[in-house]
Amino acid sequence: MRRRERVSVVGVEEVGAYVLIRLDRGGLEPGAPGQFFMVEAPGRVLPRPFSLCLAPRGELAFLVDPVGPGTSAIAGLERGDRVAVFGPLGNGFRLDVARPLLVGGGIGIAPFPYLAEALEHPPAILGFRSALHAEAAALLPHAEVVIDPVLVTEVLPEGRDVLACGPEPMLEAVRALAPAAQLAWEAPMACGYGACYGCVVPVDGRLVRLCVEGPVLGGAGPPAGGLVPARAEGGVA
Amino acid sequence: MLLNASGCLDALTAPEVARTLDAFVTKTVTPEPREGNPPVRIAETDSGMLNAIGLANPGRERFLAETLPELAAALELPVWVSVGGFSAQDYAGTCERLDPARVAAVELNLSCPNVDEAPESAGEIVAACRAATTLPLWAKLSPAAWDIGEVARAVEASGADGLSLVNTMRGLALGRDLRPILARGVGGYSGPALRPIALAAVWACRRATELPIVGMGGVRTGLDALELIAVGATHVALGTVLFGDPDAPSRVRSELARAASDYGLDNADDAFSAAHEGVFIAGNQGKR
Repeated sequence: MRRRERVSVVGVEEVGAYVLIRLDRGGLEPGAPGQFFMVEAPGRVLPRPFSLCLAPRGELAFLVDPVGPGTSAIAGLERGDRVAVFGPLGNGFRLDVARPLLVGGGIGIAPFPYLAEALEHPPAILGFRSALHAEAAALLPHAEVVIDPVLVTEVLPEGRDVLACGPEPMLEAVRALAPAAQLAWEAPMACGYGACYGCVVPVDGRLVRLCVEGPVLGGAGPPAGGLVPARAEGGVA
Repeated sequence: MLLNASGCLDALTAPEVARTLDAFVTKTVTPEPREGNPPVRIAETDSGMLNAIGLANPGRERFLAETLPELAAALELPVWVSVGGFSAQDYAGTCERLDPARVAAVELNLSCPNVDEAPESAGEIVAACRAATTLPLWAKLSPAAWDIGEVARAVEASGADGLSLVNTMRGLALGRDLRPILARGVGGYSGPALRPIALAAVWACRRATELPIVGMGGVRTGLDALELIAVGATHVALGTVLFGDPDAPSRVRSELARAASDYGLDNADDAFSAAHEGVFIAGNQGKR
């Protein structure tokens, strides 16, 4: 059951170019892997969406890429600070897959540590744009890591049930190779619970709210080039 | 009475939030279905947010056949229907289809900044709707009018029963690439930055008419709500704050009671029009 609660920051850890924010769980439920939470961004008007990265006992942890004013404010939280968190929201990954393979790009690896636990640590391929960013692969031991200019799709094996999260071009490329893949998309979001109609994406010829019908969509997700990605230089980042 | 601003809450995806209001205001309904504007549709600014949703809605027929019955089943709450269109006949045609047994009131969205406006004046649209329904008609006005009091008098003369003040203001935000963030370019500006503008609009309309007023624009706290009542609002609606805080209605309600009590008032309604000359409450005596 989703709820909003003000909880304490219990830890802040740098993970390569990203920041892992660990929060006291309070009365919040972790939800299913791939579901997300709206986290208050101190000093900003709107909260920001984050899929749950890890759910240690009594905690919720989110991986933050400080690319805009909101994500930077959240990455700047300190132990003892209190922030409002609302969730879990949206639809996560289906876990009834026979031969799972996790495919992630950049900050898109965020939901995988929690997902990997649920799937009993399946193989994973992670792509990053730099060696510094790739340090975040430590969150997913045993994952195969590639760094630009090598792309995850160049090392993607066949015959796997792909669960992917990453930038839009990566998801498009993954889907071209694995049409049945479960893909976790991203869009600028004001509310996370269906109120603002800001996060619509085209699915099957109509615009649907990603926060209500996603963020994980099946093979019928947004058509090639149909999704305007959350832009680091604008929108709500 | 606490409401949501139209388009800031979906009572079907969040009935538990709607139930904390005194009435639910729907997203604007137009005669034909509208997909709305392409993404990107929202952008945060330093002191507010822009939206360019573009009146996305299922259209009048599906709204009447599906949405309205679903709302009735989900809520047990008075439903105000926000009505929009591109001509006076669009508005009136929807009004005449609304069943007074199912709908508590109509809010006429005369001021959406994200679509082209109807050619008729606000007064003409209200007059057409007045002829089409017995339901209470609330005219939602733009704060961008140079003399909003004059618009208020015009819609009152045409048969409006109340005013909804204010809609968003048109705004623009650029990304780091110096291009508009929103796909439509401009959008409706809401949030904390709108609050002084809403206070000024309610203040002006209270001096121009005696119509009841739903005050809205940047309300985040109970004190914000009390200030709207003090300039002349009889009702308060929550908008952008609902995006970040779905618990805002209950919180604002209890903060409002506390704020009234801090001013020595039995309840918040006693602060009505306290900001106007000649109106005295415990909290503002001695300052005049």
